Amino acid sequence: METPEQIKLRLETAVPGAKIEILPNDCPAGERSLLVDTAHVLAVAKFLRDDTQLRLDFCSNVTGVDWPEAEIAEKIKVKQVGDGVEKEVEELKKNVRPGFLEVVYHLYSMELKHGPVVLRQRTANRDAKAPVVSLTLVWRGCEFQEREVFDLFGIRLEGHPDLRRILMWDGFKGFPMRKDYVPPDDFEYEPTPHDKVLAEARKHYSPEVKT
Amino acid sequence: MNAVGERTSQNYEILPKTGETGEPIGEFLEVSMGPQHPSTHGVFRMDVVLDGEKVVKLKPVFGYLHRNHEKIAENISYLGSMPYTDRLDYFCSMTNNWAYALAVEKLAGLAVPERAEYIRVIMAELTRLQNHTCLIGFFVQDMGALGTPLMYAFREREKILDLFESVSGARMMCNYMRFGGVRCDVTPDWLVQAKQLVNDYGKFLDEYETLLTENEILLARSQGVGVLSRELAVNASITGPMLRASGVNYDLRKVDRYGIYNRFDFKVPLGEHGDTYDRYMVRILEMRESLKILQQALRDIPSGPVMDPKAKLRGLRPKAGEAYGRIEAPKGELGFYLISDGMANPYRYRVRPPSFINLTILEDMCLGHRIADTVVILGSVDIVLGEVDR
Amino acid sequence: MLGEQIIKGMAVTARNFFGSYVSKERLTTVQYPEERLTPKENTRQFPFLVYDGDDREKGLRCVACQICEKECPPQCIYIVKSKDKKPDYKGQPQLYPATFDIDISVCMSCQICVEVCPFDAIKMDTEFELSTGDRFGGLLLTKDKLAKPNEYYRRIHPTAAAAVDERLAGEKARAEAKAKAAAEAKTAAL
Repeated sequence: METPEQIKLRLETAVPGAKIEILPNDCPAGERSLLVDTAHVLAVAKFLRDDTQLRLDFCSNVTGVDWPEAEIAEKIKVKQVGDGVEKEVEELKKNVRPGFLEVVYHLYSMELKHGPVVLRQRTANRDAKAPVVSLTLVWRGCEFQEREVFDLFGIRLEGHPDLRRILMWDGFKGFPMRKDYVPPDDFEYEPTPHDKVLAEARKHYSPEVKT
Repeated sequence: MNAVGERTSQNYEILPKTGETGEPIGEFLEVSMGPQHPSTHGVFRMDVVLDGEKVVKLKPVFGYLHRNHEKIAENISYLGSMPYTDRLDYFCSMTNNWAYALAVEKLAGLAVPERAEYIRVIMAELTRLQNHTCLIGFFVQDMGALGTPLMYAFREREKILDLFESVSGARMMCNYMRFGGVRCDVTPDWLVQAKQLVNDYGKFLDEYETLLTENEILLARSQGVGVLSRELAVNASITGPMLRASGVNYDLRKVDRYGIYNRFDFKVPLGEHGDTYDRYMVRILEMRESLKILQQALRDIPSGPVMDPKAKLRGLRPKAGEAYGRIEAPKGELGFYLISDGMANPYRYRVRPPSFINLTILEDMCLGHRIADTVVILGSVDIVLGEVDR
Repeated sequence: MLGEQIIKGMAVTARNFFGSYVSKERLTTVQYPEERLTPKENTRQFPFLVYDGDDREKGLRCVACQICEKECPPQCIYIVKSKDKKPDYKGQPQLYPATFDIDISVCMSCQICVEVCPFDAIKMDTEFELSTGDRFGGLLLTKDKLAKPNEYYRRIHPTAAAAVDERLAGEKARAEAKAKAAAEAKTAAL
C-alpha cells in the first residue's frame, strides 16, 4: 500500500485546497495518520473510498479523543547574540497547546485487502458547538459510532442524519468520556471497604439532611 | 456519491400514513419492543413503526447496560483492564482477551512465544465453536423452537466451558491471556481432553444439522428474510459471519494473518444471498472449518515457554504512541485502539465492538418485513449487549 | 415430501430424549445440591489469605505490601498496615496487615491479586456457596474470615500448592544457610 506521503501528494492534487498534515506515531508498529481540515474532509473521504488504487471502502473504527489544554515543554535552539558572537543556545520553551477534540477514523479496503489509513479531523476548541464533518454519508458504518462520539465526547458532527445520544439517555447532561468530566456523587448507600463511595454519598446528601 | 450511503434526515420522522393524493388513511402503530422482551438477547429495545404487521421504521435503542468500560480502562493499569474485557462479549472472553493483548503487544512491541500462540488459536477457535453453537440455538429459539436446539447447544457448550475452566479457573470470565503470552500453560492431559472434544464435535454438528438445516419451518422463516446486499454490507462496516453471508470474502484470519493463522489450512465459507439462512449456514460451515484448525493446532502444538520473558506483569508503561489491533472474533472484527502517553494507564482506550456496528443496518434489513421477522433478523445479527453497550 | 425433515428432526429429538436415560454424554447435568461435581483443579471463586502453622495471626504470610490493593481492578481490597513487626516464615521481621478486608460483593474473581502477590500470601478459594441475608456486612470478608491454613490450600489446589511449598521451602533453606554462614563468619571473626 502507498505510504502516507504518497497518499498526501495524490490527495493534494485531487482535492485542491485541502490542508493535510501527517502526524507522527512513536509506537514501533503503529500507523501514522493524516490530519485533514474540516472544510475538505468530506471530499478527501470520498476520494479515499473511490480511488482505484486505495479503495478504502471499509471504515472500521471511528472514535473521539479528548485533548485538553496542556503545557508542552519543547527544547528549541535559539540564536543569541552576546558579546558580538552569535551562538546557539538550547532553551526550554513552554508552549500552551490549546485544547481540542479529535475524531479518528481507521480505514481499510475490503476489496484490495490493505490498510489501515488513519484519518483525523480536529475541532478548533473544546466547546460543545465546535463542529467537525460527519462521514456517515460516505461510510454508513460511521452512523452509530459517530453518534457515540457525539454522545460521549460532545463533538458536533455536521451533516449526520440522526445525531442523538446513543448510549446515555436523552436527558443526560455532560460528556462522560471527556477528561474533565466529573462523575455524579449521588450514590445509593453502598459501603465498600474503602468507604470512599459512602463519604461522597454523605457529602452529596448532607444539605438535604440539614433541611 | 453512490446511493448506498445516502440517507436524508426525513427518514427519522414518523409521518402520518397517507394515500397517493395525500389524504390520511389509517394509522401507523408505534410499538416499543423491549427492553425486557425475551427475544432481544438482553436489555435491548426496538422502536418499531408498523403498518398493519409490516415494519415501516425501526430504531434500535440501547445503552441500558452502559457502564463506560472505556473510561474505567483509562483510569486503571493496562493489566487491570484485562478482566474487564471478559465482560464485553461475555460469551467469548477468550477472543476479547486476545484482541486486547494483541493491541497492547503492538503498542509495547512484545513478542509471543510459539506455544502461547498455539494455545491462543486453540482457545479462540473453541470460543468460536461455542459461540456459534449457542447463537444458532438462540436463533431458532427466536423462530419458536422453544428450547430444544438451545438445550443441545448449551450441553455442548458446557463441555467447552469445562475445558476453559480447567485451564483458566473460570467458565466464562477466563481472564487468561496476558501481554506477551498466556497466564499459565495447559497440561498434556488437557490437550488429550481437547482432542477428544474436537473429534466428537463433528458428530454433534451432524446431528444438529439433521435437526435444523433442512427443516421446513426454518427454511420458510429464514430464506429471503432480511436480505443484506453486498454493497451495503461493505459500506456499513459489517464484519464477521454477517459480512461473509453477503458474499464478501473478508476474514481477518486470512487478511491480517495475526498470530499464526498463516500456518493453518482452512477455508472461508461465503454466502450467496445474504439472507438470514445464509447467515445460519455460514456459521455452521465456519464451525467445521474451526474444527479443522483445531485439529491442526492440537497436532502441531510445540513445547516451550508460554510467556515472553521481557513482558512485565505489573507496571507496563509503553512508549507514547498509538496502535490499533484487531482480530476476527466470532461476532466480527473486534478491535482495540490504544493511545499511550507513557503513563501506566492508557490515555485513550477504545473498543471497536462488532455487534454494535453490525446493528447499524438493522432497520434496512427489517423494512418491509413483518414484525415476527424482525425478531429472526435480530437473532441472525448475533448481538451481545455487554458488548453493544459497553 | 413436506414435513419429511421435521420428522427426521423429531427422530433426533427422540434419540436425545431416550439417550439421556442411558448415556452420560446426552445428560451432562447433575441434581445440585444433592449431587455435586468435583471442582476443577484451577477453579477460582474468591480470594483467601494463606497462613502457615496453627496460628492464623502469627502464621499469616501477608506482609501488608498493598500491591494487591493497588492492582485490584474493582478496588475491593482494603489493607491497613500494622505498627509493629512480626517474624515471617524465614524469621525476618515483617509488617503484617492490621486490617485486611475484601468486599466480595465487588470482587470479580479475576485473580489479579494472586498473580501480583510476591509472597504467595493470597490465593483463590473454591468456595462458592456464600449467599447471605445481610447484603452489606455479610459480603465484607474480614481478616479472620479470609485466613485459611496452608493445608486447606493444599487440599483445594494440590499442584499449585506443591509448587508454592517447594519454592518457599527453597527460599527458607537459602535464608537459613545464609544466616548460618553469617553466624559462622561472625564466630570465625571473633
